[in-house]
Amino acid sequence: METLLNDFSPGLFAVQTVLLLLLIFLMVKFAWKPIISSLTEREEGIQGALDAAEKARREMANLQADNQKLLQEARLERETMIKEARELKTKMIAEAEAEAQVQANKMIIQAQAAIESEKKAAMAELKSQVAGLSLEIAEKVVRKELSNKDKQLELVESMLGEATLN
Amino acid sequence: MVTYNLIGAGLIVIGAGFGLGQIGGKAMEGIARQPEAAGKIQTAMIIVAALLEGLAFGALILGK
Amino acid sequence: MRIFQQSFKFLALTVLVFLSTTIYAQSSHEDGGQIDTREEVDAYISHHLQDSHDFTFFSYTSDEGERKHAGFPLPMILWSSDGLVTFMSSEFHHNDDGHVIVEKNGLKFAKIHSKIYELEAGATAVNFDAEHHATNGARVLDFSITKSVVGILVIGLLMFFWFVRLAKQYKTKKIPTGFGRVLEPLVLYVRDEIARPNIGEKHYRKFTGYLLTVFFFIWLLNMVGLTPLGFNVTGQIAVTACLAIFTLIIYAVSGNKDFWMHILWMPGVPILIRPILAVIELVGTFIIKPFSLLVRLFANITAGHTVIMALIAIMFVMKDTLGVAGATGLSFILSVLIMFIEVLVAFLQAYIFTMLSALFIGMAVAEHDHEHDHKVVDAEDVRSDFV
Repeated sequence: METLLNDFSPGLFAVQTVLLLLLIFLMVKFAWKPIISSLTEREEGIQGALDAAEKARREMANLQADNQKLLQEARLERETMIKEARELKTKMIAEAEAEAQVQANKMIIQAQAAIESEKKAAMAELKSQVAGLSLEIAEKVVRKELSNKDKQLELVESMLGEATLN
Repeated sequence: MVTYNLIGAGLIVIGAGFGLGQIGGKAMEGIARQPEAAGKIQTAMIIVAALLEGLAFGALILGK
Repeated sequence: MRIFQQSFKFLALTVLVFLSTTIYAQSSHEDGGQIDTREEVDAYISHHLQDSHDFTFFSYTSDEGERKHAGFPLPMILWSSDGLVTFMSSEFHHNDDGHVIVEKNGLKFAKIHSKIYELEAGATAVNFDAEHHATNGARVLDFSITKSVVGILVIGLLMFFWFVRLAKQYKTKKIPTGFGRVLEPLVLYVRDEIARPNIGEKHYRKFTGYLLTVFFFIWLLNMVGLTPLGFNVTGQIAVTACLAIFTLIIYAVSGNKDFWMHILWMPGVPILIRPILAVIELVGTFIIKPFSLLVRLFANITAGHTVIMALIAIMFVMKDTLGVAGATGLSFILSVLIMFIEVLVAFLQAYIFTMLSALFIGMAVAEHDHEHDHKVVDAEDVRSDFV
């Protein structure tokens, strides 16, 4: 302790105090203040840029999500449209088939009816022609045969017999 | 007189050495247990070591 | 690159100053010659640890057996009983044991172990008592530009020059180039690792300037002390005392109500204990804290210088036992190793001084919660604070 106090130089202490005060003053004024303020400014700038980037990223993500949603909706719509079209198609085909069936049945029925009536008409005509023909024949035969009474009778008799048999 | 001073200095150094060993050792243990707190432990360790060192130097110088 | 050129110019200028040195002879032969014995080494080391009034680079003995010193004298500024006295230190002819007496303004001055004594009227030589203290002289206030003052000036100018250049760089660009790129992280380190965590987010700005100045001042002076220029500025108790007292004044002045309250009238303890605590706190705050600051720096640097010089002295002292090569090799290896540690210590001491200053200032400006509600701290909270 004694040596320590002995080595202490008050003069050096005073000089050092003055110089240190001066140094602190000069350094604060000309060096530290501008350095620290520019550093702070730069840090704030970097922070601002980072924040902005983060914001942009989030917005981008939002946008992407929106796009995805839109795409999803469009896809869904397309699918429903396709489904509806397909349903419509099957329905139309079924309806057409049914109608065609009905038409065809109707036509078949009409045709059958027409065939029936034609057949009846043809039968009637055939019968009348056969009747006329047979009448003609009968007339001819009768004319020829009426000369002979017996024979007339006999013929009538046989014809009648045949007719009833018929 | 000089001998007594030297004995005192030796005692101080033993004590300070023991203390520094404790500080360093415990800090190592702490860092090993929680490596993520290494920075904080180191700072605290240096502060405590500096205080101890101040004490030891103070004692040495007062005895000189 | 440019800043390096500028620094180089600055250094070249300094070297030029050094080269304009005169080589002058010393009249007395007592402490001249080579240093061989333990006692001489001890004397040399203790001489080095003292402040010096002239700047000596090296000394040698000429062919005529005269001891010569290469260096330059520094001005002496003394506050004597008769006011200010100035002269150049060369008038003492490198004598450091009071044998050369300089007469100025009718006053007689003698230099004994780097301390200037003013002799009593009528005395012609210094009388020593048994313990080698001057009996017929009184110490004068010595405001001389000593070697330490030169160191402070050189480092102060260098710091000013470097950091003003760095500050100017920011005007034109966002990121400094050249040497500024080295300085910027250091500034950021002091601000973010020392000032901010120890003082607190709210108040640290005000004290950053002081802490930065002190950090670079101590660090650079510590580093300069490791060069062969032979500065020992941070090993001068006056310098470290000044630094510690600056810190003391700053934290005493900026202390808030809480700080004084906790010193003078500690809340939360029985009334009877409070005065005792006040005494303890006052002693702790105003004596122990600055004392530990100043002694730590002083003792570390002094110890470093002593160890390095002692290791170098192995070369001379053990020449006979180990042979020239052995002694030189041993001395070289040991001093290189210690030098590495000293480079670390130079930084560490600057860091610790600044950090403890910041811590003390932080204690003075901290805002306590007045209720002192001692809530039970959850282990999980503590862990989450850490992680």
